[in-house]
Amino acid sequence: MTLDTVKHAGETPDVELPWAELGLKEDEYARVRDILGRRPTGAELAMYSVMWSEHCSYKSSKVHLRQFGEKAPATDALLVGIGENAGVVDIGEGYAVTFKVESHNHPSYVEPYQGAATGVGGIVRDIIAMGARPVAVVDPLRMGAPDHPDTKRVLPGVVAGIGGYGNCLGLPNIGGELVFDACYQGNPLVNAGAIGVMRHEDIHLAKASGTGNKIVLYGARTGGDGIGGASILASETFDDSKPSKRPAVQVGDPFQEKLLIECTLEAYAEKLVVGIQDLGAAGLSCATSELASNGSGGMRVSLDDVPLRDSTLSPEEILMSESQERMCAVVEPDKVDRFLAICEKWDVLATVIGEVTDGDRLEIFWHGEKIVDVDPRTVAHEGPVYERPYARPDWQDALQADDAGKLPRPGSADELREQVVKLVGSANQASKSWVTDQYDRFVQGNTVLAQPEDSGMIRVSEETGLGVAIATDGNGRYTKLDPYTGAQLALAESYRNVAAAGARPLAISDCLNFGSPEDPAVMWQFVEAIRGLADGCQQLGTPVTGGNVSLYNQTGEAAIHPTPVVAVLGVIDDVARRTPIGFGTEGQLLYLLGDTREEFGGSAWSQVVHDHLGGLPPKVDLERERLLAEILISGSRDGMIDAAHDLSDGGLVQALVESCLRGGKGARIVLPEGLATSGDATDDAFVALFSESAGRAVVAVPRSEELRFTDMCGARGLPATRIGVVDGDALEVQGQFSIPLTELREVREATIPALVA
Amino acid sequence: MTARVGVVTFPGTLDDRDTQRAVRIAGLEAVPLWHRDKDLHQVDAVVLPGGFSYGDYLRAGAISRFSPVMESIIEQAKAGMPVLGICNGFQVLTETHLLPGAMLRNNHLHFVCRDQKLRVENVNTAWTTDFTAGQEIQIPLKNIDGQFVADARTVDELEAEGRVVFRYLDVNPNGSLRDIAGITNAAGNVVGLMPHPEHAVDPQVGTGGTDGLGFFTSILKKLVSA
Repeated sequence: MTLDTVKHAGETPDVELPWAELGLKEDEYARVRDILGRRPTGAELAMYSVMWSEHCSYKSSKVHLRQFGEKAPATDALLVGIGENAGVVDIGEGYAVTFKVESHNHPSYVEPYQGAATGVGGIVRDIIAMGARPVAVVDPLRMGAPDHPDTKRVLPGVVAGIGGYGNCLGLPNIGGELVFDACYQGNPLVNAGAIGVMRHEDIHLAKASGTGNKIVLYGARTGGDGIGGASILASETFDDSKPSKRPAVQVGDPFQEKLLIECTLEAYAEKLVVGIQDLGAAGLSCATSELASNGSGGMRVSLDDVPLRDSTLSPEEILMSESQERMCAVVEPDKVDRFLAICEKWDVLATVIGEVTDGDRLEIFWHGEKIVDVDPRTVAHEGPVYERPYARPDWQDALQADDAGKLPRPGSADELREQVVKLVGSANQASKSWVTDQYDRFVQGNTVLAQPEDSGMIRVSEETGLGVAIATDGNGRYTKLDPYTGAQLALAESYRNVAAAGARPLAISDCLNFGSPEDPAVMWQFVEAIRGLADGCQQLGTPVTGGNVSLYNQTGEAAIHPTPVVAVLGVIDDVARRTPIGFGTEGQLLYLLGDTREEFGGSAWSQVVHDHLGGLPPKVDLERERLLAEILISGSRDGMIDAAHDLSDGGLVQALVESCLRGGKGARIVLPEGLATSGDATDDAFVALFSESAGRAVVAVPRSEELRFTDMCGARGLPATRIGVVDGDALEVQGQFSIPLTELREVREATIPALVA
Repeated sequence: MTARVGVVTFPGTLDDRDTQRAVRIAGLEAVPLWHRDKDLHQVDAVVLPGGFSYGDYLRAGAISRFSPVMESIIEQAKAGMPVLGICNGFQVLTETHLLPGAMLRNNHLHFVCRDQKLRVENVNTAWTTDFTAGQEIQIPLKNIDGQFVADARTVDELEAEGRVVFRYLDVNPNGSLRDIAGITNAAGNVVGLMPHPEHAVDPQVGTGGTDGLGFFTSILKKLVSA
């Protein structure tokens, strides 16, 4: 077979290329020909097809994502915004933090262990590429129905993959979520987030500049794994009629990645790196075109110099390979020897594969022949942009009219007790320790808080106690009922969780998981959710620093619930002042902060007791969220509260159960009149315990601080209602029921192990 | 004049920086040791920290034990230098035969991370004099290959000679024989255990406990009074 060189392509305009098989649409292929003024070579086609895939180009989402920039709140905290590998935020004392959440949904369904493992690997390389030492990971997960046999295949594999990779990297796993819902059956969501810490001066960017600078590829050899993964796996809906795509999932080697972290950080410390890019989706195609596109000049690369695991790979395959644990650095010529020496010290293979040129072309050679000659911007940044049609689905009205408030409620105290036990033992509300105990949460020795706390918290400075907190949240049920509000509720909950731990929310990253953008109803959900999130971030003053869009999470006609997952990052001046969720001291007073309304749409209660989804989600009041956060942060800083727990799915009763079990102390609850007003004591208790009104938290206040705390709430206008006291070894709601902690613990601990047994 | 404690970094070691911190908190000088370097830089004691050296490929600790630094450590340990192996470090010590037995995959086959209660059974080793006999301590445990096994004669010998240093209490987290969490050699200078004392030295982080500090204050006293 003759090599398809640039010259050859110019001479043979009529040769048909498999553009459709590679995922390009007809008009997209026409555009490639237009850009090049000839037909592409096979290698060029490989690059365009993979870089113009939905996963890499954001072609369906780009026009909407712009809102995050246009509505960005004024802030001094943002050092690097959207568009780089990850956003960077100033946390003071000269420290900067980079963080991001990404999806690895499709691969994790095909091959749960490797899909999830390489998801962690990918996000961690994004963090390293910014110049930071990774310090923690989090893992928001969505699985199918808890009792479905396939959930038993996917969940243990995903958890083992996240643990197997993250534990071996030495990154504490400090948070995340696990939510079950039948809508995720064929499309589980495996999102992975990571945080990194650096000094301001260590921030690095992905660009190739300085004519004559060398391009160094280092890390693992390039193999045949994951070829076409981005374009084929992530950008098409699963369809039974197509052949198996199993080989397109990559295989991870966390040991290699650990070496990559250490050797990259050592190279940074010696100021050897001009620009850097990790190799993830689209492998070398992405790294070379993005580095060149962001830089000032062009780039020349020799593919013959790429170390291979399989010598039979074609140049197209080398360009598309998604072999893991590889990075690409731009290094000045006189520093190359030192860079290679550091790689050698860490047993990391490193090879010069090209250099920055003074032109504006990306040229790639194979056996001395030019097989790629493109303007890198057309590959990396000027891909197709779609204005997909969107329309509010016709079923939305009926869904919202199906009010959960009309569902039958418990008629007696006994029934209320029964429903409490059923709720807290349900898969979504049960203890997740079966999962989190498989993750190392102590490594690096800076973990201040980890699951099941409201947010994970890491100490950044041993000297001053400066720390960061992160929480991830997203409720697909709420978002299905009202995408705009649902996205804001995800933001509000994550924001609240960070504040409940005592940290000040600074910025967010998001992972937007949706169905097919080719379905106008899904596209409407997506557009509404982005609008809600952008408006919410503007109002709360928390900019979006970056994130990820995962579309095509759907099997046939059935899309997942729209699931925007929001990660809020916060800062705390001294981690010694953090607030845990556990009730630890008997006699402390319990206060409910915020307003409780009759809000059951999308609630855990409506799901667990009635298998119902309908109505409207809880109302959002972001000014109230901001006030609540200020009170929680002040209360923590000034020693007025010893424990705090945000209220979200499962309402007050879920929060009380978690705080009691975490601290090992019971609570005696006396629900005051006025919290609900039906006149029926059991119904009032039901509303107080199960409603999911947003903007609420429960706090434990030492008696000596009660007056100071209630004065503060009164002065600032935040409703604070005394609801009981930390006491005994049961959760007692006076006049209704008392449940021993031992029973609650047993019920909550047994659920997940039973599901995977 | 304080004592110098070397902390070894193999490729894939994870808890080296944490261990150096614990050594410093106890008032000792922490000296980083590199796996390729035979020179022990005049340290008075060595800690082999936790992690996944060489990815735990082949078998946990099986490749690290052949590294140049281990040649010197084995020689010095035989001459009486105190050595502590934590988790992966314990696995390396069994691979070198400085300590008997071996570690298998946990009997439940999962990685486990928990706050583990232990009983200190031997307070005469180089690393445990600051505890009291029978003292119950709580320190984090995190591993996937933590199931201690040995043939019956070896285990009987360990028991008879008082060389079982730590035993799991309440829960045996990995199926280790006779709840053994840590052991020592006959001379008492080499100790290995699966749980992580370096993660229980600072009340602000981890589980908030400081029971792990005793390992490092024990060695400080031994070295400074020697």
